[in-house]
Amino acid sequence: MLLRVVDLHKRYGREEVLKGVSFFLEKGETKVIIGPSGTGKSTLLRCINRLTEPDRGRIWLEDVEITSPKVNINRIRAQIGFVFQDFNLFTHLTALDNVRLGLMRVKGMGKKEATARALQELARVGLADKAKAYPAELSGGQQQRVSIARALAMDPKLILFDEPTSALDPELIGEVLAVMEDLAKSGMTMLVVTHEMGFARSVADEIIFMEKGVILEQGPPEQIFYSPKHPRTAEFLRRITDLYGGNR
Amino acid sequence: MNLVFSWSWLPKLAEGLLLTLELTAISMSVGAFFGIVLAITRIYARGPLLPLYLLASGYVHFFRGTPLLVQLMTIYFALPTVGLRFSPFSAGVLALTLNTAAYQAEYFRGAIQSVRAGQMQAALALGLSRLQALRYVILPQALRLVIPPWSNELIYMVKGSAVVYLIGATELMGQAKNIAARTFRNFEVYIVVALFYLALILVLTLILRWVERKTRVPGLGLPGRA
Repeated sequence: MLLRVVDLHKRYGREEVLKGVSFFLEKGETKVIIGPSGTGKSTLLRCINRLTEPDRGRIWLEDVEITSPKVNINRIRAQIGFVFQDFNLFTHLTALDNVRLGLMRVKGMGKKEATARALQELARVGLADKAKAYPAELSGGQQQRVSIARALAMDPKLILFDEPTSALDPELIGEVLAVMEDLAKSGMTMLVVTHEMGFARSVADEIIFMEKGVILEQGPPEQIFYSPKHPRTAEFLRRITDLYGGNR
Repeated sequence: MNLVFSWSWLPKLAEGLLLTLELTAISMSVGAFFGIVLAITRIYARGPLLPLYLLASGYVHFFRGTPLLVQLMTIYFALPTVGLRFSPFSAGVLALTLNTAAYQAEYFRGAIQSVRAGQMQAALALGLSRLQALRYVILPQALRLVIPPWSNELIYMVKGSAVVYLIGATELMGQAKNIAARTFRNFEVYIVVALFYLALILVLTLILRWVERKTRVPGLGLPGRA
């Protein structure tokens, strides 16, 4: 098992956002987490690389316990890619430098090697010609693709995607989803929070439906989309399809 | 009224100008270093490091809350009674540095805190330590943002350094005072000195504007016109 999450709890003040979440990911798998807003999906992702500290529960990346107080969390984070909803590219750095920073400062790579690797990742997301551009000079879709290249360059064991297309104009969503689909096909292990049901249906190996801090149902896309076991799953999917139309 | 200027004042005034520059340069740069340290401490020192936060905050409040002149007099006239003796120049440098560090701490704090939180998150998510994130991601942005308020502080310090003539330092103001006392040409001497300050500040302002333009990055600060 590549990632194992057991009985994760998180509380913000009075509100319990995660109420005992458990699941796992095998190497090469893509799992998609869906569910209404405010049900702890993003919190769950952020607990996995401890950008948010969980209150209770344990997480393992392969045989290393991430939640152990003794673990070097910087080491762990270097092995887990994170793609944010609002990209969070480093504003003062070009696309190339955004991708290069982790290679040079975390992996200790020399400049030449890091540059070659960064250019290769930028090419992989179709942005080799934008290496010298600053984030403000790129469209949202391009920025998100750079941020995926930034994550990829670190050779992560797993990439977490936190609503990667929610901040994008509709016409820019496709280019980001296409990159993610290629990644999934190439065998990258991915955990994706998204409202893109078309992507979930065609790319996910398994779908996790979360509501109010718990996992209500998980299973292959066919089950979740065509014969959901939980009435709340069916209701959520109906509302989503009403909102976005049947094809997504 | 009959104005009388004399070229003979120039060597002394130039000497004074040089000392003013030295005073300002040392106190501004050392003050910037401590200002950054204070700002980072005030923002990030929590939990077990809370005493450091309290110390840094206490420092900032104390040195912003008391007059520079009082600080200077204390250092030069009161500290010798406990065995700490300074030359006028070093007392001046010390007072100006301690004072500007407190003000600069607040400018840096504002600049660091105006860097969006997601920048730190993204840096940590890459595996950078918090210190690395500060060094490679937060500070490079904050230092660009701080230039306009910082240039304000620089101008203030150039002029503020004039107070050290009161303890006998012979910077620009001290030299002017001497020349005026010797020649009784108060009006002329102070006009010339005012022009010296004005010229110095204009030059420094232009240099900082140049730095600001040189380090400008699209999407960071200077958003054109609001």
